[in-house]
Amino acid sequence: MVRKDWLIALAFLAPALILLFTFTHYPAVQTVIDSFWSTARGRRPSVFVGWDNYARMLQDDIFRRAMINNAIYAAITIPASVALALAMALFVQGRILGRGFLRMAFFTPTVLPLIAVANIWLFFYLPGFGLFEQVRGLAGLSPRNWIGDPDTALYAVTAVTVWAQAGFFMIFYLAALQTIPPSLREAAEIEGCSRWTFFRRVTWPLIMPTTLFISVNATINAFRTVDHIFVMTQGGPNNASMLLLYYIYEQGFRFWDTAYASALTVVMVIILAIVGIGQFFFLDRKVHYR
Amino acid sequence: MSTLAIPASRLDLDRALFMVGAWALALVWLLPLAYAVWTAIHPAAFETRFEPFAPLTLENFVRAWNAAPFARYFVNTILLVTMILTAQLILCSLAAFAFARFEFPGKNTLFALVLVQLMVMPDILLVRNYATMGSLGLIDTILAIGLPYFASGFAIFLLRQTFKTVPRELDEAARVEGCSWPGLLWRVYVPLAKPTMLAFGLVSISHHWNNFIWPLIITSSVETRPLTVGLSIFATTDSGIEWSIITAATLITSAPLLIGFLLFQRQFVQSFMRAGIK
Repeated sequence: MVRKDWLIALAFLAPALILLFTFTHYPAVQTVIDSFWSTARGRRPSVFVGWDNYARMLQDDIFRRAMINNAIYAAITIPASVALALAMALFVQGRILGRGFLRMAFFTPTVLPLIAVANIWLFFYLPGFGLFEQVRGLAGLSPRNWIGDPDTALYAVTAVTVWAQAGFFMIFYLAALQTIPPSLREAAEIEGCSRWTFFRRVTWPLIMPTTLFISVNATINAFRTVDHIFVMTQGGPNNASMLLLYYIYEQGFRFWDTAYASALTVVMVIILAIVGIGQFFFLDRKVHYR
Repeated sequence: MSTLAIPASRLDLDRALFMVGAWALALVWLLPLAYAVWTAIHPAAFETRFEPFAPLTLENFVRAWNAAPFARYFVNTILLVTMILTAQLILCSLAAFAFARFEFPGKNTLFALVLVQLMVMPDILLVRNYATMGSLGLIDTILAIGLPYFASGFAIFLLRQTFKTVPRELDEAARVEGCSWPGLLWRVYVPLAKPTMLAFGLVSISHHWNNFIWPLIITSSVETRPLTVGLSIFATTDSGIEWSIITAATLITSAPLLIGFLLFQRQFVQSFMRAGIK
């Protein structure tokens, strides 16, 4: 009987697992193997090159640029998204004038395709044309090419990411805030506790698991969210807004250097694995996954 | 008693500041979108001139629609999204059922391998998956865009959680009545998991409607390209297309999700909450 159950279970699992292995586990492992081989070009077949692709990475200025940019991108998008999401959730959780409208305003960017978002912001940033520029013009400042200037390009695309994802994270904070018992707030009010003290002493510690959960997701997004780069900057000018995943795309599908792209992908997988392991150890999973 | 010590005026000020903050943030947040809508519904001459009584027009939408095969892109995206969701619900229900209700050797290891996909998504493994599609002869097909996402670790995880809450007595009763395993899944588990499926469905649809890099790589013709890829090509052709038309095209591609969201806001928000938290 037990053995028969075993076979039935396998039958239920097989279709999903076969696809999962084919498009997640097998490519992950094969990518590691590919990274030790050279790219086949024309009649030249792929040969084993050991650590060559990785050695090249250490010498590659664009790779270094992409890693630094990605670190900056993560260092800004993660805290900014978390802070804004929390502010939004606090704004709309209680009774406030126009609550439905506010909620909609915060959440709407989340349902737009990032490609569409990129177009909207591209226009917004347009030198001497977009709304930013109009305001600068009124203030008597000279036009500025926000995404064409190496000093500002990375920050311009970073702002877009924050705009596109903060409302999404707001939802999780809203759910967390709902679980705080109203009796706590009533007690605090009787004690004459200020709004800020209540937040710092009660709300913030209670929603800490949610903050960690959101931070992990924001971290993954910081490495995965590059769609807008395609429309806005293509990693430029002069690699000023180059991010790791975009660089993988460029190496793999513009220069067709698949071996080097594989080595870059391995770096990406390692980063995500570290995030995953970190989540496993730091998050009390019982809190989220009841 | 110290409540009395706080003057009422301070409380009012506090509340007023809170509200001003909320509204200021909301308006700033809507600004880019509002600006795009303004540009799209006015003639090009009013692109950057904000006159309250500027003439309204739908011409930008008409010209955008005719400037690129958007109708075809729409069909492609709808086919893609439907195909992915259908496959995900079927495959992942089956797998989740096995994880929730059966005991077999290596169960925990297999489940851990499923969860790996939450971190290492197919979105990252572009190079190798492209090669796989090449050897399957699927490059430039709608099937190839969707295939890597059919077995969703996230869906398996969510459905397993839901299935585990179904009381065992229910399925024992059904088994005694002579119900087969697939019958049990279909008649007892699936109906009870409908809210979860709806939640996952909305998340999946919006994710794949908006997905970009993988479809960009794997497609190369009008017959297969989804909206996002079509829009990116349209917007970057640099052939002197006016901004008002590009913004109109942008709004066209986002419209179905946007309208769907505005109509079913509550369900959307609740679904995202449910999918994220359970």
